[in-house]
Amino acid sequence: MSEIIIQIDGREIAADEGMTVLQAAQKAGISIPTLCYLETLEPYGACRLCSVEVEVRGRTNLVAACLYPVEKDLIVRTRTEKVDRIRKVILELLLAHAPEARGLQMQEYAEEYGADKNRYEKEPSFCIQCGLCVRYCAEIKKKNAICFVNKGPTREIQFIPEIASKECWNCTECFPLCPTEYLQGVFVLTKALAFPANPMGPTSAE
Amino acid sequence: MPRINSTAELEELRKGIIAQKDPDKPCISICAGIACLGLGNDQVISAFEEEIKKLSLEDKVDIRATGCHGYCEKGPIVVIYPEEICYLEVKPEDVPEIVSQTVIGKQVIDRLIYTDPETGTKAAHQSEIPFYKNQSRLLIGNSPKINPASIDDYLAIGGYSALAKALFEMSPEEVLDEIKKANLRGRGGGGFPAGSKWETTRNAQPGVEKYVIVNAHEGEPGAFMDRALFTGNPHLILEGLIIGAYAIGSHQGFIYTRHDTPVLRKNLDLALAKAKEYGLLGDNILGSGFSFNVEVHLDVGIFVSGESSALMKSIEGMPPEPRPKYIRTSVTGIWDRPSNLNNVETWANVPQIINQGYQWYSSIGTERSKGTKLISLSGNIVNSGVVEIPMGTTLREIVYDFGGGIPNGKKLKAIHFGGPMGGTIPESLIDTPLDFDELKKVGASLGAGDMLVLDEDTCMVEMGRLFLDFLAGESCGKCVPCREGMRQMLKILTNMTQGEGKEGDIELLEEIAGVVGEAALCSLGRSIHKPLISMLKYFRDEFEAHIKEKRCPANFCKELN
Repeated sequence: MSEIIIQIDGREIAADEGMTVLQAAQKAGISIPTLCYLETLEPYGACRLCSVEVEVRGRTNLVAACLYPVEKDLIVRTRTEKVDRIRKVILELLLAHAPEARGLQMQEYAEEYGADKNRYEKEPSFCIQCGLCVRYCAEIKKKNAICFVNKGPTREIQFIPEIASKECWNCTECFPLCPTEYLQGVFVLTKALAFPANPMGPTSAE
Repeated sequence: MPRINSTAELEELRKGIIAQKDPDKPCISICAGIACLGLGNDQVISAFEEEIKKLSLEDKVDIRATGCHGYCEKGPIVVIYPEEICYLEVKPEDVPEIVSQTVIGKQVIDRLIYTDPETGTKAAHQSEIPFYKNQSRLLIGNSPKINPASIDDYLAIGGYSALAKALFEMSPEEVLDEIKKANLRGRGGGGFPAGSKWETTRNAQPGVEKYVIVNAHEGEPGAFMDRALFTGNPHLILEGLIIGAYAIGSHQGFIYTRHDTPVLRKNLDLALAKAKEYGLLGDNILGSGFSFNVEVHLDVGIFVSGESSALMKSIEGMPPEPRPKYIRTSVTGIWDRPSNLNNVETWANVPQIINQGYQWYSSIGTERSKGTKLISLSGNIVNSGVVEIPMGTTLREIVYDFGGGIPNGKKLKAIHFGGPMGGTIPESLIDTPLDFDELKKVGASLGAGDMLVLDEDTCMVEMGRLFLDFLAGESCGKCVPCREGMRQMLKILTNMTQGEGKEGDIELLEEIAGVVGEAALCSLGRSIHKPLISMLKYFRDEFEAHIKEKRCPANFCKELN
């Protein structure tokens, strides 16, 4: 693989062809905040917290670092006024749902970007829809026991009882990925409502 | 019907079809467009069929249920050929009289023809009615003359001659060159030069299969021109698509359309089957050696699936969630193969450009926006319907000359273009010409051509809320700026209309809008704030009145007045 030289925040960095801006930055020890990114999963581009400004042939664009491929002479700026403003608003919008989220460095990011968790009226749905659980189950476990339902602002995660009642007992690998406890809550609820007869897992009869 | 294997056979067949048609034979052309059907034209069609049967005139009179005639306001519309007498607002009980008086008796029925509401002047022919008079109906004008289910009707008006010309007289490069020189710009909203897009797909990933797609996913409120054109004349778009495929080097096409327009689906399936039977589609088209097939795909009922990358995901069988287009879909689209997507109206322009040349085409329109444009005219307007006019026509002409002005003596307040991702401009800018770039300059992108006319009773805060409310059900919800930004903007606007607006709300709206417009994932997300921004630009005082004085200047918001 050929090496490409790009510039991130004024530093020249060697990246491999096919890398994303985020991967190149991480390799060089430059931190870009992410919420929906996990190294083992396909980049998703949903949280937009990794938004950075890139300059190609004199034109500047705002792009998601987790998806944008490196190219020759690319100039990346990870902390412009615009980038910081966007990150602050994104965090504030999400903190309205999960003000106390402990995972994914939400609180650390909030502090760094000056995000006010009380900016918007609280809507305690707890889920920030990073999709880590959904994608982990689909891509790594290949079970699709949990999925997104609905669309727009009504979108939410949901276990599929028929699959969850068979697959989730010995797995629960998605639980620690969740930045809140919401995922476990949804699972408990699914269990109680959809398969209450065997709340402790499949019986010997199955 | 044996398949056609050469241009000579095509022309011979065409001659045969035309020879069989007696130009003096009466034909009753009844609009079966969506609006007219909604107004009960299916009953009018049945009434004509019964009456003709009753009088045993089946051999002497043709009945043709056609695509949209355009003048939706005055539907159901019936045109009697060969005299081209146009009857408006026809009811089933008028049918016996029309047959006896006009079809047989050649007399015009005065009460059914157009009467100018101001001068009382009558107009018996479609071409004399002010709504139609100065239109340039290059694309939709044939709809009243053909039965969408009949490929022979399309052949009789010269159909597929552009395809024959492209396949036998032009190289793919020459076809591409013609489209580029014509400066045909995408009619779906972006206004991107179609020729450049074709070229990108043509040159992308050599050796890999390429796709061409018709985006017939017209989904925004107030847009109904694409389905009018496509339902009424499906072969026109199909012909454009095959020509495009030839230029691009694609052998597989897709038509992506809505699941809730069954008439369009029916006409499409029929058109594809007939074109295949005639050898105009499939293997070795017209004996040229070029092969091309088309599949129809239906959406899953969400507006965002009209976004190009979401649409392509949907064709793959995945949920219609957009992906970022850092690598364009014209390079990496369906199954990561080069995929060229154009809107219905863009494809429909192709045959006439090939037939009449880029010089003719680029003589129509403005310097940078060529050709005609279909406009869905709706809202507070006397004549709602589908209008086709040259680019460069001013909005004033559209509203007053074609649209007949504002009903009920009300004043024009604003014009909104492009639906929930478009923009609103005030009455003072009504002399702006219909032009991709001019409209963009004043903050109202042309969009797909849906023009909503708003009178003085319209509350702009409510309009802004309404568009966001629509989008809330139509965004996929994947990315944070679009999903959460929309949720908050909708909440703020709803509060304003209910008298609960707060100091600072406008600034907050602008802050969120700025982030959504920059950081959202797809072109839908990056456009959801546009109507609001244009309304804040031109009607900021209305928003302020809602907040500071708890007053709705248009007297619309019930909680405030």
